[in-house]
Amino acid sequence: MTAIKVPQLGESIVEATVSRWLKNEGDQVAAGDTLVELETDKITVEVPALAAGVLRTHIVKEGEVVTVDQLLGELEDGATAAPATAGSTPAAAAPPDAGAPRAATANPVAAPAAVPAPATAQGAAKVSPAAQRVAAEQQVDLAAVKGTGRGGVVSKPDVIEQAATSGRTAPTPPIAKASASPVTPSAAITTAPAGSIRPAPAEGTRETREKMTTRRKRIAENLLLSQHNTAHLTTFNEIDMSVVSALRERMKEKVEKEHGVKLSFMPFFVKAATMALKAMPVVNASIDGDAIVYHHYVNMGIAVASDAGLVVPNVKDADRKGMLDVSRDIAAVARRAREGKLTMDDLTGGTFTITNGGVFGSLVSTPIINYPQAGILGLHKTQDRPIAFNGQVVIRPMMYVALSYDHRIIDGQQAVLFLVKVKELMEDPAAMLVD
Amino acid sequence: MAESHIAADVVVIGGGPGGYVAAIRAAQLGFSTVCVEMDRTLGGTCVNVGCIPSKALLESSHHFEFMAHDAAKHGIGLANLSIDVPAMLKRKDDVVGQNTKGIEFLFRKNKVTWAKGRGTLKAGNVVEVRGAPPENNLTTYQATHVIISTGSAPIELPFLKFDEERVLSNVGALTIPSVPEHLIVIGGGVIGLELSSVWRRLGARVTVVELLPSILPGMDDDIVKDADKMFRKQGLDIRTGTRVTGGGRTADGAFVTVEKDGSTERLDGDYVLVSIGRRPVTTGIDAEALGLALGRRGEVLVDDQQRTNIPGVYAIGDCTPGPMLAHKAEEEGVVAAEVIAGKPVHMHHRTVPGVVYTWPEIAVVGITEREARDSGREVKVGKFPFSANGRARTAGETTGFVKFVADATTDEILGCHMLGPSVSELMAEVILAMEYRGSSEDIGITVHAHPTLSETTKEAALAVLGRALHF
Repeated sequence: MTAIKVPQLGESIVEATVSRWLKNEGDQVAAGDTLVELETDKITVEVPALAAGVLRTHIVKEGEVVTVDQLLGELEDGATAAPATAGSTPAAAAPPDAGAPRAATANPVAAPAAVPAPATAQGAAKVSPAAQRVAAEQQVDLAAVKGTGRGGVVSKPDVIEQAATSGRTAPTPPIAKASASPVTPSAAITTAPAGSIRPAPAEGTRETREKMTTRRKRIAENLLLSQHNTAHLTTFNEIDMSVVSALRERMKEKVEKEHGVKLSFMPFFVKAATMALKAMPVVNASIDGDAIVYHHYVNMGIAVASDAGLVVPNVKDADRKGMLDVSRDIAAVARRAREGKLTMDDLTGGTFTITNGGVFGSLVSTPIINYPQAGILGLHKTQDRPIAFNGQVVIRPMMYVALSYDHRIIDGQQAVLFLVKVKELMEDPAAMLVD
Repeated sequence: MAESHIAADVVVIGGGPGGYVAAIRAAQLGFSTVCVEMDRTLGGTCVNVGCIPSKALLESSHHFEFMAHDAAKHGIGLANLSIDVPAMLKRKDDVVGQNTKGIEFLFRKNKVTWAKGRGTLKAGNVVEVRGAPPENNLTTYQATHVIISTGSAPIELPFLKFDEERVLSNVGALTIPSVPEHLIVIGGGVIGLELSSVWRRLGARVTVVELLPSILPGMDDDIVKDADKMFRKQGLDIRTGTRVTGGGRTADGAFVTVEKDGSTERLDGDYVLVSIGRRPVTTGIDAEALGLALGRRGEVLVDDQQRTNIPGVYAIGDCTPGPMLAHKAEEEGVVAAEVIAGKPVHMHHRTVPGVVYTWPEIAVVGITEREARDSGREVKVGKFPFSANGRARTAGETTGFVKFVADATTDEILGCHMLGPSVSELMAEVILAMEYRGSSEDIGITVHAHPTLSETTKEAALAVLGRALHF
């Protein structure tokens, strides 16, 4: 038997939600086949079969939260699928009360009981040996202890200090907690690919409770973090899009034919924003402790709505790229976002963000800063409106734009001038050549 | 205005262990990187006239001492033992050459540009590099980020200036051409004791004069007590509490006058080594004109991310506060480069070890027992001697001990102090444990191979808990 374990998920990610088993118990698999998909707060990870064989057990069910190195299931190397015969208690570790030996039936989800996770403390790898001993003896719930060692390791001093401040915390040792984790009926959680359309509620059901996915929890945390930790303020302006629209109209066919790139408005905004950021470097900065970190490069975050929720991949060094390269990069990250194939690199290192609520029809909104960045530019729907122009009322394609900014480091003047600069460049795109 | 400025993401001023490591790390992170070094070779004090050559001589002289005094105990007879000092010095120079060439190779591999010449930092992160005569070429770099790593220099006595002929700093003490009859060493710190050991082993009479009441000031009391005993037994004439009041050259040597408890004495020797400490240097950095904040000793003030008070200017190593140690400078160099790259790293000074490469060696990390108690902490101490360690006995290296200082309540390791064979290497596991805020129990319940010297570390950790097994 080969253990199927949760792989390293990337820097600072320690847990994931099992979003979907792609192979059923008893399925024949080839080496490299994806067995199961894990969803983290940032990316979706596919766990492949390391050898050919037969998938014997799903030890964890869809919807369960797992940690790095945790056992997901077991694979019998080199075996060939045989109907039911190999069903003799595949998981030796399964406690006797796990129910009757499960045959590899066609519908494993309907199996009567889940095999509990092996009886190791969750996150055991992040607890020092002495800390584990003290926690076990004094019945300190390790999940409640904040690790202060490098990389968040829970040290013996951490456990002793925790025990001292809170008295004996949870009387339940972590082992009991793990084995007692309730078996969630699979119908109550999202078994379909994360974020896809929920099944229609049954007739007469007035409410449905649904567990937040890891990603949704993290999105929620990050949004709150931003609102709590920044001095949030939004300034608005409006842009007459007629010149840039005409320019795009004139260029788009040629660009598509010659470069295979669909020319949207976004690269124009990216260009204008990077130029405005150069003029107002603090808008591209972030706060670290009591220091302001100025970034002399622009990694432009682009908010993308994917099925699984909002993600903000960024285009690296957008300030050093031409509009066509920026277009290609945006298309590439957006595609990866929709396909759930974003990498950590795509999602980290952003210095400023543009979000376009206009694609859904929003006329004006106040975007939330993508913390720890200091500013976010909100684009909206372009709509024909009457405006005063040279003493005449004329109808122009107008867009409201918003800049939410961290007032702790960006003064109102800087924020307003940034947005004015974006407006000026967009209204007269030729000015982008002269800089 | 027509000056040509070569743009660079990162310019490092100084190619010592801090500077060259910072340059390599910056290049690894994708920055175009220039390292300015005015010497003919890279590596700074450490590689050229410090750690590396002194260790080469310590190694050679240690082998000689073993053959002269200890080989017979192993049943090995060595007739006609001789010392060829020029060969020893040449080997040392070869080792230094391998290291400096190695750094040049690393620069080529990582595409770090070595700007040969003296760097001057101007306002606006402009670095001017003046090449060596006769050309004196001037090259100007416009840096996005500057890392100052200009190092340190030995402190001079006003009445006994270095001539490197008879009045020596660490530089001259590494090139003494033959074994002196009598070497006088002013300063009983790390450098003084290491170089004293080299020449004593080779046959010189060595007198060490220390102003303070003990050698190795600042180290744990138990270490100081045992080290003092050990060095005296080895033959060093140690004069503590003794002030040097004067000195100068003689026809074929040098002398100092010393004073202790009101009585004065004149000491005559072939050479005088002045090793009373080092001071930060900031050659080419006009701090006042730049508005760069300096400390009382002229060190560049930095935060725990190596930032100075000027945006885009960082400083690392001996020219900043803290102990003047190559590994501290290296780590700070890495931190500076990573901070420039936007990584959330911080320098951990608590876990910077200190080592004296005498034999037996001395290695320390964290705080001493006295410092812990003075700060009002309840501590537990665990100590285990090498004389109770099987491997140490087989090697005939039974001098010394390992001592832990741990918090009495939480068992957190606060400090570790070692005197003994190869303790510079044994210390690594303790530092790793401290980095994770480990307790003495973590080391005590970890398997250590038998028979090894490292069992002494494990036993000392168990001793904190009152349960050492072999003592």
